[in-house]
Amino acid sequence: MSDWQPSALQQERLKYRRQRTIRSGLIAGISTVVLVALVVFGVGSTPGWPRVRATFFDFDRGWEALPVVAQGLWLNVRVMLVCAVLIVLFGLTLAIMRTLRGPIFFPLRMFAAAYTDIFRGLPLLLVIFLLGFGVPALQLRGLPNQAVIWGGAALVLTYSSYVAEVFRAGIESIHPSQRAAARSLGLSHQQTLRFVVLPQAVRRVLPPLLNDFVSLQKDSGLIAVLGVIDAIRAAQLETAEDFNFTPYVVAGLLFVALTIPLTRLTDWVARRQGWYGAGGGVV
Amino acid sequence: MSLLSIRDVRKSFGSNLVLDDFSLEVEAGECVVLIGASGSGKSTLLRCVNLLETVDDGVIELDGTDITDPRIDTDRVRSGIGIVFQAYNLFPHLSVLDNVTLAPIRVHGVRPAVARTRALEMLDRVGLAAKATAKPDELSGGQQQRAAIARALVNSPKLMLLDEITSALDPELVGEVLDLLGDLKSEGMTMLICTHEMTFARSVADQVCFLHNGRPLEVGPPSQVLANPQQPRTQDFLRRIRL
Repeated sequence: MSDWQPSALQQERLKYRRQRTIRSGLIAGISTVVLVALVVFGVGSTPGWPRVRATFFDFDRGWEALPVVAQGLWLNVRVMLVCAVLIVLFGLTLAIMRTLRGPIFFPLRMFAAAYTDIFRGLPLLLVIFLLGFGVPALQLRGLPNQAVIWGGAALVLTYSSYVAEVFRAGIESIHPSQRAAARSLGLSHQQTLRFVVLPQAVRRVLPPLLNDFVSLQKDSGLIAVLGVIDAIRAAQLETAEDFNFTPYVVAGLLFVALTIPLTRLTDWVARRQGWYGAGGGVV
Repeated sequence: MSLLSIRDVRKSFGSNLVLDDFSLEVEAGECVVLIGASGSGKSTLLRCVNLLETVDDGVIELDGTDITDPRIDTDRVRSGIGIVFQAYNLFPHLSVLDNVTLAPIRVHGVRPAVARTRALEMLDRVGLAAKATAKPDELSGGQQQRAAIARALVNSPKLMLLDEITSALDPELVGEVLDLLGDLKSEGMTMLICTHEMTFARSVADQVCFLHNGRPLEVGPPSQVLANPQQPRTQDFLRRIRL
């Protein structure tokens, strides 16, 4: 092994492949530079560009707004973390409810089906308004009336219905032969779900689940309509001072910066799941 | 009395009648091999015995208990029957050892340490002790099938159902699985087997049952059914698969 030298033929092949790699890199570089130049020149030469740049891309204004917007963003992060945990729990509960068998569970199955139907259809903004303004207006004692709690509750209610469907799809994607194998060993329906179906289903739906959380991160900005000072609201307040929209752009960039790591994590998880293909039985 | 008694069982899927007044007796310690063309009802019969399918009519008795009675505790019946599938159906998220210990711990209430010891003994028996921590997809087909057999055997079933367990295997891996079945047979395990391995059927079967259109067309010792078939359809089937 150690004294192996590539043959002349192989050396020639390697040389050819190196050349192709360099060539591909050059083409990619040139086409990118040309495209970026075209866009920059195209947008920059529009008559209104100086005005747009001053209103949306004012560096000094953005730098000035950054601390306030970042502080608002911290609220988004906290809302999103707490909501994500609650959404997973509630979503999984709904999904399991829908898979329960037996006549005694009929009301639970009905509830879960009706719930997902309704909350997947209702616009999130409407739910936020209903809970954020409607519930405190009931003037019930003992209920919290901070807007951030009701905004978070609206996110949990809506997102749980999406996440429940993701979990349910995962549960149903496990091949019947896995259930047959588990049941034939004497495992009950519940044990089969707990030890055989769910562990595989959850792994399988991790990528779409993380995708929902990337989306949740952005939608946590919608609770700004209740007057909570999150990143978007903070940017709005800044903008109100001088009608310069740069703080919004800053908030947008911060959201992107927040979602990129989560998106990369999603990709990484999806790539790591190679073993599924083999699993689950062929027949 | 037979360990397994199948009487006048009928099963159809929609308009497709798969088992038509099917009757078969399996004595304790006996190895009965089911042969017949694809779609003749072999797999469906095994699935009915394991209660994975509900029969449309007829009675299946295991050890004197009518297991087709809807009042029966199906989980309990199933835990006394071991089944091995053509596609192994191992749980891909669990190690080989955890596949084997799952039912003893969760169904039979065996303490994890004891279940582990017993599972390792069983894996050693099927020659897989070294693969206990591997995941199923790291094993060859023959190894996966032996792991699936260990998973079924560890529950000390009264009856083993084997559904074409070698048909997804390379010819060189078939031998290792069939040898294991031969050992089981000599230890007195009662087995109901679907197979296309006629050599194997000839050497281990006490009875061979040729299924045609959901009926046991010819039943008897291999020396009769395989070597000297009486029915034209059996003769025809055997001639075709020998080609």
